[in-house]
Amino acid sequence: MPDIQTETSAPRSLDDRLAVIRSRYPELEPGMVVDVVRAVLGSMQGDLNGPQTSLLAEVEDLGRTIAAAKADIAALRVDDITGNHIPIATDELDAIVAHTATATDQILETCETLDEVGSRLRGKAKAQLQNATTRIYEACSFQDITGQRITKVVAALKTIEQKVGLLVHTFGKGQAGEPPLPLPTDADLMNGPQLPANAMDQSDIDRLMASFD
Amino acid sequence: MPIDKSMNVLIVDDYKTMLRIIRNLLKQIDFNNVDEAMDGTEALGKLRAGNFGLVISDWNMQPMTGLQLLQEVRADTRLKVMPFIMITAESKTENVVAAKQAGVSNYIVKPFNAETLRDKIEKVLAHA
Repeated sequence: MPDIQTETSAPRSLDDRLAVIRSRYPELEPGMVVDVVRAVLGSMQGDLNGPQTSLLAEVEDLGRTIAAAKADIAALRVDDITGNHIPIATDELDAIVAHTATATDQILETCETLDEVGSRLRGKAKAQLQNATTRIYEACSFQDITGQRITKVVAALKTIEQKVGLLVHTFGKGQAGEPPLPLPTDADLMNGPQLPANAMDQSDIDRLMASFD
Repeated sequence: MPIDKSMNVLIVDDYKTMLRIIRNLLKQIDFNNVDEAMDGTEALGKLRAGNFGLVISDWNMQPMTGLQLLQEVRADTRLKVMPFIMITAESKTENVVAAKQAGVSNYIVKPFNAETLRDKIEKVLAHA
Protein backbone atom coordinates (compact mmCIF):
# COMPACT_ATOMS: atom_id res chain seq x y z
CA MET A 1 0.00 0.00 0.00
CA PRO A 2 1.35 3.46 -0.84
CA ASP A 3 2.48 5.70 1.97
CA ILE A 4 -0.60 7.86 2.55
CA GLN A 5 1.14 9.93 5.23
CA THR A 6 3.85 10.97 2.77
CA GLU A 7 1.28 11.82 0.16
CA THR A 8 -0.86 13.87 2.48
CA SER A 9 2.06 15.77 4.02
CA ALA A 10 3.37 16.92 0.63
CA PRO A 11 2.99 20.65 0.10
CA ARG A 12 0.19 20.39 -2.45
CA SER A 13 -3.43 21.41 -2.44
CA LEU A 14 -6.10 19.05 -1.22
CA ASP A 15 -7.50 18.75 -4.76
CA ASP A 16 -4.09 17.72 -6.10
CA ARG A 17 -3.63 15.14 -3.43
CA LEU A 18 -7.12 13.75 -4.03
CA ALA A 19 -6.33 13.52 -7.73
CA VAL A 20 -3.20 11.47 -6.98
CA ILE A 21 -5.13 9.12 -4.77
CA ARG A 22 -7.88 8.80 -7.35
CA SER A 23 -5.35 7.86 -10.02
CA ARG A 24 -3.93 5.14 -7.79
CA TYR A 25 -7.30 3.78 -6.79
CA PRO A 26 -9.49 4.28 -9.89
CA GLU A 27 -12.09 1.91 -8.48
CA LEU A 28 -12.82 4.31 -5.66
CA GLU A 29 -15.60 6.80 -6.00
CA PRO A 30 -14.20 10.35 -5.64
CA GLY A 31 -16.96 11.13 -3.23
CA MET A 32 -15.79 8.34 -0.95
CA VAL A 33 -12.28 9.75 -0.85
CA VAL A 34 -13.59 13.18 -0.01
CA ASP A 35 -15.73 11.72 2.73
CA VAL A 36 -12.79 9.83 4.20
CA VAL A 37 -10.53 12.87 4.15
CA ARG A 38 -13.19 15.04 5.72
CA ALA A 39 -13.81 12.43 8.37
CA VAL A 40 -10.11 12.30 9.22
CA LEU A 41 -9.78 16.09 9.38
CA GLY A 42 -12.96 16.37 11.38
CA SER A 43 -11.70 13.85 13.90
CA MET A 44 -8.54 15.90 14.32
CA GLN A 45 -9.80 19.44 14.83
CA GLY A 46 -13.55 19.41 14.40
CA ASP A 47 -14.81 21.00 11.19
CA LEU A 48 -11.65 22.46 9.64
CA ASN A 49 -12.18 24.47 6.50
CA GLY A 50 -9.48 25.85 4.19
CA PRO A 51 -8.74 29.12 6.04
CA GLN A 52 -8.65 27.30 9.35
CA THR A 53 -6.13 24.83 7.98
CA SER A 54 -3.95 27.73 6.79
CA LEU A 55 -4.27 29.37 10.17
CA LEU A 56 -3.25 26.14 11.87
CA ALA A 57 -0.16 26.00 9.63
CA GLU A 58 0.66 29.59 10.51
CA VAL A 59 0.33 28.87 14.22
CA GLU A 60 2.59 25.86 13.85
CA ASP A 61 5.16 28.02 12.04
CA LEU A 62 4.93 30.60 14.78
CA GLY A 63 5.50 27.91 17.38
CA ARG A 64 8.61 26.72 15.56
CA THR A 65 9.90 30.31 15.32
CA ILE A 66 9.41 30.85 19.06
CA ALA A 67 11.14 27.57 19.83
CA ALA A 68 14.09 28.58 17.64
CA ALA A 69 14.26 32.00 19.32
CA LYS A 70 14.27 30.34 22.74
CA ALA A 71 17.13 28.13 21.67
CA ASP A 72 19.05 31.12 20.28
CA ILE A 73 18.55 33.16 23.46
CA ALA A 74 19.54 30.20 25.62
CA ALA A 75 22.76 29.95 23.62
CA LEU A 76 23.54 33.65 24.05
CA ARG A 77 25.06 33.34 27.52
CA VAL A 78 22.75 36.12 28.64
CA ASP A 79 24.13 35.85 32.15
CA ASP A 80 27.38 37.20 30.74
CA ILE A 81 25.56 40.25 29.39
CA THR A 82 23.76 41.13 32.62
CA GLY A 83 26.38 39.87 35.03
CA ASN A 84 29.56 40.79 33.24
CA HIS A 85 29.54 42.94 30.09
CA ILE A 86 27.14 45.68 31.15
CA PRO A 87 28.49 46.11 34.71
CA ILE A 88 32.03 46.31 33.29
CA ALA A 89 30.94 48.87 30.71
CA THR A 90 29.26 51.05 33.32
CA ASP A 91 32.28 50.77 35.63
CA GLU A 92 34.59 51.79 32.80
CA LEU A 93 32.42 54.81 32.02
CA ASP A 94 32.31 55.80 35.69
CA ALA A 95 36.11 55.53 35.74
CA ILE A 96 36.34 57.83 32.71
CA VAL A 97 34.27 60.45 34.52
CA ALA A 98 36.36 60.11 37.70
CA HIS A 99 39.71 60.29 35.90
CA THR A 100 38.77 63.26 33.73
CA ALA A 101 37.36 65.04 36.79
CA THR A 102 40.66 64.56 38.60
CA ALA A 103 42.60 65.81 35.58
CA THR A 104 40.28 68.79 35.21
CA ASP A 105 40.72 69.73 38.85
CA GLN A 106 44.49 69.65 38.42
CA ILE A 107 44.22 71.87 35.36
CA LEU A 108 41.98 74.31 37.24
CA GLU A 109 44.34 74.39 40.19
CA THR A 110 47.22 75.24 37.87
CA CYS A 111 45.14 77.90 36.20
CA GLU A 112 44.30 79.47 39.53
CA THR A 113 48.02 79.66 40.29
CA LEU A 114 48.61 81.34 36.94
CA ASP A 115 45.80 83.80 37.68
CA GLU A 116 47.39 84.62 41.02
CA VAL A 117 50.74 85.22 39.34
CA GLY A 118 49.00 87.25 36.64
CA SER A 119 47.40 89.49 39.24
CA ARG A 120 50.88 90.69 40.16
CA LEU A 121 51.72 91.56 36.58
CA ARG A 122 50.88 94.76 34.74
CA GLY A 123 49.89 95.75 31.23
CA LYS A 124 49.95 93.47 28.21
CA ALA A 125 51.50 90.49 29.98
CA LYS A 126 48.71 90.49 32.55
CA ALA A 127 46.03 90.63 29.86
CA GLN A 128 47.69 87.89 27.84
CA LEU A 129 47.96 85.58 30.80
CA GLN A 130 44.37 86.20 31.85
CA ASN A 131 43.17 85.62 28.32
CA ALA A 132 45.00 82.31 28.26
CA THR A 133 43.56 81.14 31.57
CA THR A 134 40.08 82.20 30.48
CA ARG A 135 40.36 79.93 27.44
CA ILE A 136 41.44 77.08 29.72
CA TYR A 137 38.50 77.62 32.09
CA GLU A 138 36.14 77.59 29.13
CA ALA A 139 37.66 74.40 27.77
CA CYS A 140 37.42 72.70 31.15
CA SER A 141 33.65 72.91 31.06
CA PHE A 142 33.85 69.95 28.65
CA GLN A 143 34.08 67.81 31.76
CA ASP A 144 30.57 68.72 32.81
CA ILE A 145 29.16 68.02 29.36
CA THR A 146 30.94 64.69 28.92
CA GLY A 147 29.91 63.68 32.42
CA GLN A 148 26.26 64.31 31.57
CA ARG A 149 26.57 62.45 28.28
CA ILE A 150 28.18 59.46 29.95
CA THR A 151 25.47 59.45 32.58
CA LYS A 152 22.95 59.14 29.76
CA VAL A 153 24.90 56.24 28.23
CA VAL A 154 25.02 54.48 31.60
CA ALA A 155 21.25 54.93 31.93
CA ALA A 156 20.80 53.43 28.45
CA LEU A 157 23.00 50.46 29.36
CA LYS A 158 20.99 49.87 32.51
CA THR A 159 17.79 49.89 30.45
CA ILE A 160 19.31 47.31 28.11
CA GLU A 161 20.32 45.25 31.12
CA GLN A 162 16.73 45.30 32.39
CA LYS A 163 15.35 44.32 28.98
CA VAL A 164 17.81 41.45 28.67
CA GLY A 165 16.89 40.36 32.17
CA LEU A 166 13.23 40.35 31.14
CA LEU A 167 14.05 38.21 28.11
CA VAL A 168 15.94 35.78 30.30
CA HIS A 169 13.03 35.64 32.71
CA THR A 170 10.57 35.05 29.86
CA PHE A 171 12.51 32.48 27.91
CA GLY A 172 14.48 30.81 30.67
CA LYS A 173 18.17 30.61 31.34
CA GLY A 174 20.77 28.93 29.21
CA GLN A 175 20.83 25.18 29.26
CA ALA A 176 23.15 23.34 31.58
CA GLY A 177 26.18 21.70 30.11
CA GLU A 178 27.25 24.54 27.85
CA PRO A 179 30.73 24.01 26.41
CA PRO A 180 33.57 25.52 28.45
CA LEU A 181 35.07 28.80 27.27
CA PRO A 182 38.16 28.41 25.11
CA LEU A 183 41.54 29.49 26.44
CA PRO A 184 42.12 33.23 25.99
CA THR A 185 43.83 34.26 22.79
CA ASP A 186 46.39 37.04 22.46
CA ALA A 187 43.63 39.44 21.49
CA ASP A 188 41.60 38.42 24.54
CA LEU A 189 44.49 39.47 26.76
CA MET A 190 44.62 43.04 25.46
CA ASN A 191 42.15 44.69 27.85
CA GLY A 192 43.69 48.12 28.28
CA PRO A 193 43.97 49.87 31.63
CA GLN A 194 42.15 48.26 34.52
CA LEU A 195 39.80 49.93 36.92
CA PRO A 196 41.64 51.04 40.08
CA ALA A 197 39.83 48.51 42.26
CA ASN A 198 40.95 45.64 40.01
CA ALA A 199 44.40 46.87 39.09
CA MET A 200 47.66 45.59 40.47
CA ASP A 201 50.27 48.17 41.37
CA GLN A 202 53.97 47.75 40.57
CA SER A 203 54.72 46.05 43.87
CA ASP A 204 52.02 43.44 43.11
CA ILE A 205 53.54 42.89 39.70
CA ASP A 206 57.01 42.54 41.24
CA ARG A 207 55.76 39.97 43.74
CA LEU A 208 54.00 38.02 41.01
CA MET A 209 57.13 38.01 38.83
CA ALA A 210 59.23 36.91 41.77
CA SER A 211 56.84 34.01 42.43
CA PHE A 212 57.87 32.43 39.11
CA ASP A 213 61.53 32.31 40.06
CA MET B 1 24.44 102.76 34.69
CA PRO B 2 27.62 101.14 36.02
CA ILE B 3 27.34 97.62 37.37
CA ASP B 4 28.04 97.09 41.04
CA LYS B 5 30.58 94.28 40.91
CA SER B 6 30.86 94.13 44.66
CA MET B 7 27.42 92.52 44.88
CA ASN B 8 27.02 89.01 46.25
CA VAL B 9 26.57 86.41 43.53
CA LEU B 10 25.23 82.93 44.23
CA ILE B 11 26.27 80.18 41.83
CA VAL B 12 24.35 76.89 41.96
CA ASP B 13 25.51 73.64 40.42
CA ASP B 14 25.68 70.06 41.64
CA TYR B 15 29.02 69.65 39.93
CA LYS B 16 31.91 71.10 41.93
CA THR B 17 34.18 71.50 38.92
CA MET B 18 31.58 73.66 37.22
CA LEU B 19 31.21 75.82 40.33
CA ARG B 20 34.97 76.28 40.32
CA ILE B 21 35.02 77.24 36.64
CA ILE B 22 32.22 79.78 36.99
CA ARG B 23 33.74 81.22 40.15
CA ASN B 24 37.06 81.74 38.36
CA LEU B 25 35.42 83.27 35.31
CA LEU B 26 33.46 85.64 37.55
CA LYS B 27 36.66 86.55 39.34
CA GLN B 28 38.26 87.44 36.03
CA ILE B 29 35.49 89.95 35.37
CA ASP B 30 35.87 91.35 38.90
CA PHE B 31 32.97 89.65 40.66
CA ASN B 32 34.79 88.55 43.78
CA ASN B 33 31.95 88.05 46.24
CA VAL B 34 30.76 84.67 45.11
CA ASP B 35 29.01 82.02 47.17
CA GLU B 36 28.12 78.49 46.10
CA ALA B 37 25.28 75.99 46.52
CA MET B 38 25.11 72.40 45.31
CA ASP B 39 21.36 72.21 44.67
CA GLY B 40 18.16 74.24 44.66
CA THR B 41 17.26 73.58 48.26
CA GLU B 42 20.60 74.78 49.59
CA ALA B 43 20.47 77.76 47.24
CA LEU B 44 17.02 78.78 48.40
CA GLY B 45 18.15 78.68 52.02
CA LYS B 46 21.16 80.88 51.25
CA LEU B 47 19.08 83.31 49.19
CA ARG B 48 16.52 83.71 51.97
CA ALA B 49 19.21 84.15 54.59
CA GLY B 50 21.58 86.37 52.65
CA ASN B 51 21.76 89.45 50.49
CA PHE B 52 22.46 88.46 46.91
CA GLY B 53 22.25 90.54 43.77
CA LEU B 54 22.45 87.76 41.19
CA VAL B 55 21.82 84.02 40.91
CA ILE B 56 23.54 81.87 38.30
CA SER B 57 22.10 78.38 38.39
CA ASP B 58 22.35 75.05 36.64
CA TRP B 59 19.09 73.30 35.77
CA ASN B 60 19.76 69.59 36.23
CA MET B 61 20.08 69.10 39.99
CA GLN B 62 18.45 66.99 42.70
CA PRO B 63 16.37 67.16 44.81
CA MET B 64 15.36 70.66 43.72
CA THR B 65 16.10 71.52 40.11
CA GLY B 66 17.17 74.88 38.80
CA LEU B 67 13.72 75.44 37.35
CA GLN B 68 12.07 74.70 40.68
CA LEU B 69 14.52 77.04 42.36
CA LEU B 70 13.60 79.74 39.87
CA GLN B 71 9.90 79.18 40.54
CA GLU B 72 10.48 79.38 44.29
CA VAL B 73 12.48 82.57 43.89
CA ARG B 74 9.80 84.18 41.77
CA ALA B 75 7.13 83.13 44.29
CA ASP B 76 9.04 84.65 47.19
CA THR B 77 8.00 88.21 47.95
CA ARG B 78 11.48 89.32 48.91
CA LEU B 79 13.34 87.48 46.12
CA LYS B 80 10.93 87.73 43.20
CA VAL B 81 12.86 90.44 41.32
CA MET B 82 16.25 88.72 41.81
CA PRO B 83 18.22 88.56 38.54
CA PHE B 84 18.42 84.87 37.68
CA ILE B 85 20.57 83.36 34.93
CA MET B 86 20.20 79.70 34.00
CA ILE B 87 23.34 77.96 32.76
CA THR B 88 22.54 74.50 31.48
CA ALA B 89 23.19 71.79 28.91
CA GLU B 90 19.43 71.56 28.42
CA SER B 91 19.09 73.25 25.07
CA LYS B 92 15.70 72.09 23.82
CA THR B 93 13.18 74.70 22.90
CA GLU B 94 10.73 73.49 25.52
CA ASN B 95 13.38 74.00 28.21
CA VAL B 96 14.02 77.57 27.22
CA VAL B 97 10.30 78.25 26.98
CA ALA B 98 9.64 76.74 30.40
CA ALA B 99 12.45 78.79 31.94
CA LYS B 100 11.18 81.96 30.33
CA GLN B 101 7.66 81.27 31.52
CA ALA B 102 9.02 80.74 35.02
CA GLY B 103 10.66 84.17 34.84
CA VAL B 104 14.32 83.50 34.03
CA SER B 105 16.34 86.65 33.36
CA ASN B 106 18.65 84.99 30.84
CA TYR B 107 19.67 81.56 29.64
CA ILE B 108 23.15 80.28 28.81
CA VAL B 109 23.68 76.91 27.22
CA LYS B 110 26.73 74.80 28.05
CA PRO B 111 29.40 74.77 26.88
CA PHE B 112 29.69 78.53 27.09
CA ASN B 113 32.53 81.01 26.94
CA ALA B 114 33.56 83.85 29.20
CA GLU B 115 32.36 86.47 26.78
CA THR B 116 28.84 85.02 26.77
CA LEU B 117 28.80 84.94 30.55
CA ARG B 118 29.98 88.53 30.80
CA ASP B 119 27.49 89.68 28.15
CA LYS B 120 24.48 88.01 29.82
CA ILE B 121 25.43 89.29 33.26
CA GLU B 122 25.75 92.84 31.99
CA LYS B 123 22.40 92.65 30.20
CA VAL B 124 20.60 91.17 33.18
CA LEU B 125 22.03 93.62 35.67
CA ALA B 126 21.37 96.56 33.37
CA HIS B 127 17.67 95.70 33.48
CA ALA B 128 17.58 94.95 37.20
